Amino acid sequence: MTRRTTVAASFVVIIVCVIGTAVSAPNFNQAKVEQFQRLPQIVESPSNPMSPARVALGKALFFDPRLSGSQSMSCASCHNPSLGWSDGLPTAIGQGMSKLRRATPTIVNSAYGSVFMWDGRKHSLEDQALGPIQAKDEMNMDMTILLERLSTIKGYREMFDHAYPGEGITPDAIAKAIASFERTVVSTNTPFDRWRRGEQRAVSDAAKRGFELFLGKADCVACHQGFNFTDEGFHNIGVKTVDGMKDDDGRYEQLKLRGMKGAFKTPTLREVALTAPYMHNGIYTTLEEVVDHYDRGGDVKDNLDISMRPLKLSTQEKIDLVEFMKTLTSERLEFAVPRLPQ
Amino acid sequence: MKIKYCLGVALIACAFDASAAEYEIAQRNKAFAPVYLKIKVGDVVNFVNDDPFAHNVYSLSETKSFDVGSYPKGQGKQITFDKPGQVFVECAIHPFMKMKIEVTQ
Ligand code: HEC
Ligand code: HEC
Ligand SMILES: [Cu+2]
Repeated sequence: MTRRTTVAASFVVIIVCVIGTAVSAPNFNQAKVEQFQRLPQIVESPSNPMSPARVALGKALFFDPRLSGSQSMSCASCHNPSLGWSDGLPTAIGQGMSKLRRATPTIVNSAYGSVFMWDGRKHSLEDQALGPIQAKDEMNMDMTILLERLSTIKGYREMFDHAYPGEGITPDAIAKAIASFERTVVSTNTPFDRWRRGEQRAVSDAAKRGFELFLGKADCVACHQGFNFTDEGFHNIGVKTVDGMKDDDGRYEQLKLRGMKGAFKTPTLREVALTAPYMHNGIYTTLEEVVDHYDRGGDVKDNLDISMRPLKLSTQEKIDLVEFMKTLTSERLEFAVPRLPQ
Repeated sequence: MKIKYCLGVALIACAFDASAAEYEIAQRNKAFAPVYLKIKVGDVVNFVNDDPFAHNVYSLSETKSFDVGSYPKGQGKQITFDKPGQVFVECAIHPFMKMKIEVTQ
């Protein structure tokens, strides 16, 4: 070995050491890890650019029970900020205490989404927003009555005029305003993100091991990918039907392909510690039960996604995975509920 | 009768023409690459999964409708395009993965 190559070689060793300490567990694959960083830009819709007036209007509409037939239910009744923007129920409760067939997903980071609902039947937040207002078993509101009602409220007349000048109070403007507000509901600083930025003590050793399992042995990253821990894709992970509930075909209702039977959209894992119960039908109460599900390789084996298999995790490894998921909770909820327009 | 038969044979011969070309479409970073391909009737397209997780490939187009199920990294699925027209190809797992194949005579 010449002197020059020796020098070069030791230089490489130094670089490897520096990178090694920076990521703490030297066997992390950088490319695999970097995908979990937040995109630098705020996600906006080109056809509905955000403005403070639009967000303020959307926020009022989101919290306003006058958007429902009975004037008692708002979007926030089910997507409650105090409960991780979900409702803490196995499946949602709608109009007249009716039990809906699916769980309420969080709306956190829905700005990053490209397909919405457990079966992916909606393609944008604008497209989604009017659905629950008019659904009989949800807010059960007639659109004509809603437009009339909102126009009698002076505060709303002003807000719509500010937000969408010249458009008037229309279903389209309502949808766009709500979507604009939803795009501001994003998870903030989490211990996981602080750790990834180099703060070694932001998370426990168990959580670090859990992340390693997530990327490796347990291969959760086959589906829970990117900043929002979802591939925006559809998978059948073999979740059982809850006793007394009808079988749910999930994505197959939208796309009649064999593999889509019982497939559901991969949910985000950000804020997941706050959004129990889990799965489209709320079958699991704890993250421990969820990890056990994956460890078994799912329950309903026909049409199972090919990435699902028994994981043979040790008790400690299961704990580590749960500890990791708990580091995905924003440090605090900084949110002021709006005073509604009169 | 005889003429008809001959014509049939000729057509089949055309379809299995030895000059049928083979193309490869990669599924990489949750996208098809390339996203547009022009081929001739009888050509074969191999869809190869370059990602470390499963993909699917299907089409509900009139020209060619198929669904090959899902397959892991490194595997490929071959489809022969036997009619002229446009084929919209998608991945059922990741609905934003889309591409178009134009099949010409
Ligand atoms: C009665 C409870 C309830 C109310 C009220 C409600 N939602 Fe939902 N929301 C749900 C349920 C349940 C789902 C999932 C339904 C499905 O997938 O079939 C859902 C799904 C969503 C999603 C999709 C999230 C995702 O990641 O796929 C968004 C966005 C959303 N709701 C916004 C709203 C808005 C905006 C309002 C008010 C206009 C509203 N919701 C009112 C229960 C509710
Ligand atoms: C094959 C794709 C796939 C893999 C692999 C996978 N998940 Fe999931 N995950 C999903 C889908 C799809 C759902 C929703 C399924 C349903 O409701 O039927 C889900 C749901 C969850 C939920 C419930 C979230 C909620 O809000 O209800 C948690 C927690 C979770 N996964 C964690 C994990 C962990 C931890 C691993 C690795 C051990 C993992 N996932 C591996 C696709 C996957
Ligand atoms: Cu795919």
